[in-house]
Amino acid sequence: MNFETVLFYLFAAITVFAALRVITARNPLHAVLFLVLAFVSSAGIWLLLEAEFLAITLVLVYVGAVMVLFLFVVMMLDINLEQLRKGFWQWLPVGALLAGLIVVQMVYVLGDKTTGAGMTAVKHAADYSNTKELGRLIYTDYVYPFELAAVLLLVAMVAAIALTFRRRRDSKTQDISKQVNVKRADRIRLVSVPSVKKQDAHEAATRAAE
Amino acid sequence: MMELLQTLQLLGQDLLGPAWLPAWTAIKIMVIVLPIMGGVAYLTLAERKVLGFMQIRPGPNRVGYWGLLQPVADGIKLLTKEFIIPTGSNKFLFVAAPILALTPALAAWAVVPFDDGLILADVNAGLLYLLAMTSLGVYGIIIAGWASNSKYAFLGALRSAAQIVSYELAMGFALVCVLLAAQSMNLGEIVRGQSHGSGMLGWYWIPLFPMFVVYFIAGVAETNRAPFDLAEGESEIVAGFHVEYSGMGFAIFFLAEYANMILIAAMTSVMFLGGWLPPVDIAPFNQIPGLIWMLGKMSVMLFIFLWFRATFPRYRYDQLMRLGWKVFIPLTLIWVVVVAAWMQTPYWLW
Repeated sequence: MNFETVLFYLFAAITVFAALRVITARNPLHAVLFLVLAFVSSAGIWLLLEAEFLAITLVLVYVGAVMVLFLFVVMMLDINLEQLRKGFWQWLPVGALLAGLIVVQMVYVLGDKTTGAGMTAVKHAADYSNTKELGRLIYTDYVYPFELAAVLLLVAMVAAIALTFRRRRDSKTQDISKQVNVKRADRIRLVSVPSVKKQDAHEAATRAAE
Repeated sequence: MMELLQTLQLLGQDLLGPAWLPAWTAIKIMVIVLPIMGGVAYLTLAERKVLGFMQIRPGPNRVGYWGLLQPVADGIKLLTKEFIIPTGSNKFLFVAAPILALTPALAAWAVVPFDDGLILADVNAGLLYLLAMTSLGVYGIIIAGWASNSKYAFLGALRSAAQIVSYELAMGFALVCVLLAAQSMNLGEIVRGQSHGSGMLGWYWIPLFPMFVVYFIAGVAETNRAPFDLAEGESEIVAGFHVEYSGMGFAIFFLAEYANMILIAAMTSVMFLGGWLPPVDIAPFNQIPGLIWMLGKMSVMLFIFLWFRATFPRYRYDQLMRLGWKVFIPLTLIWVVVVAAWMQTPYWLW
């Protein structure tokens, strides 16, 4: 058992533990943090497979952006866990069925049919750039599926905004370009006031008093 | 120098065998991290001095000659202060938050090239790694805000999270332009792509000037520095996410913020200002070691950080969001297309 194998089992164990804690943690915020841990350790497994682009992108996109928004939302919600767990036993058979289906699918797709060849990671030279290869494949052989996925995401984004966007009548907005374009002359008027000698002012005051 | 290093390598291999590689890496990490910590300490002094001079007052000048021992005194003060854990807080996360803030700030330095070949991990996906590491720093802030169980800390954390996520997009797109121009994500390659023998005219700040500005401003926003320091906003929410932290907890947040500042300065120098390359490629200038140029460029960028703080009033929150989403992101999106198209023409000289 070499060092890489030890690392693999370490990462795998952490991933499984974190994934279990995601659904068993009592505090929803802890659950989100365990999900982050699960993502990070699966990124570690991908690094062991020399898929550094995927590993870093997983950390960058999921841990760095998506989970931050998750945390953001979970922190502001007042989640009642009792309420959420009420229907657990009632819905367990459906969930178990779905999980079983997923396992069957994965075995069908990933399981070795004859020899298992092609499932082992190929070792590459140090100057091999994973990112370059991936980019080349995505933009040549798989360009249509890639574009399709992009359009799908765009549609989902537009739909999410369209569904939740409400224009409020009472909200006040500022036109920033107007604010920036303000000239000094629009706001203040400089008046040239002739200075009065102190003596004159004193005389004027006494005359007014008389 | 190289011979000395080689004999040291051989001696170590004889002495420790297979354990030498991790030991040698640990030594290299110390060689990078310790100067950063020193830099952080003296950056705080530089900040107070620069702010002082800009406001026509001397700044700290009591401890040591010209205030030079002030950071040491501050460090001792923070070390000996009590670390108070608020009663209603989540204790584990409260203690873990400062560590989560500091770790990515230091881990990102692994791929920063200080000179040609002077780099801890010369990885191909260096740029991506950096982006990933800088995006992790926000966890420390959010968790600190939540675990403190205090209104002010929580509001500061929410502000900070929204701000960092917004500006990260613009930052990412600015880096995509650099990636396009350099055709590599390896930071060493990016610097080498900027050397054409034409000195500072060959650096990417000329073709990517809008991105240079966007990246640096987004960097100021990412590090929660003035004028984007709404996460602290002492006039509204006291001190934001670290209001409940005292002693070393506060000091570690402080360290993380300044280490991130130095990191942004280093990244700007590497990607837009030619890293270790001299500004003019003639005799007296290209004799100076690259490390000096790199540190000099970083110092200039850091000075601009401090200059911003002394000059600009704090942004209002909606102005901050407007700048990120309505100005920077469209601008960077357009510039990616412009650079990609420009590179197909013969007028691309970089």
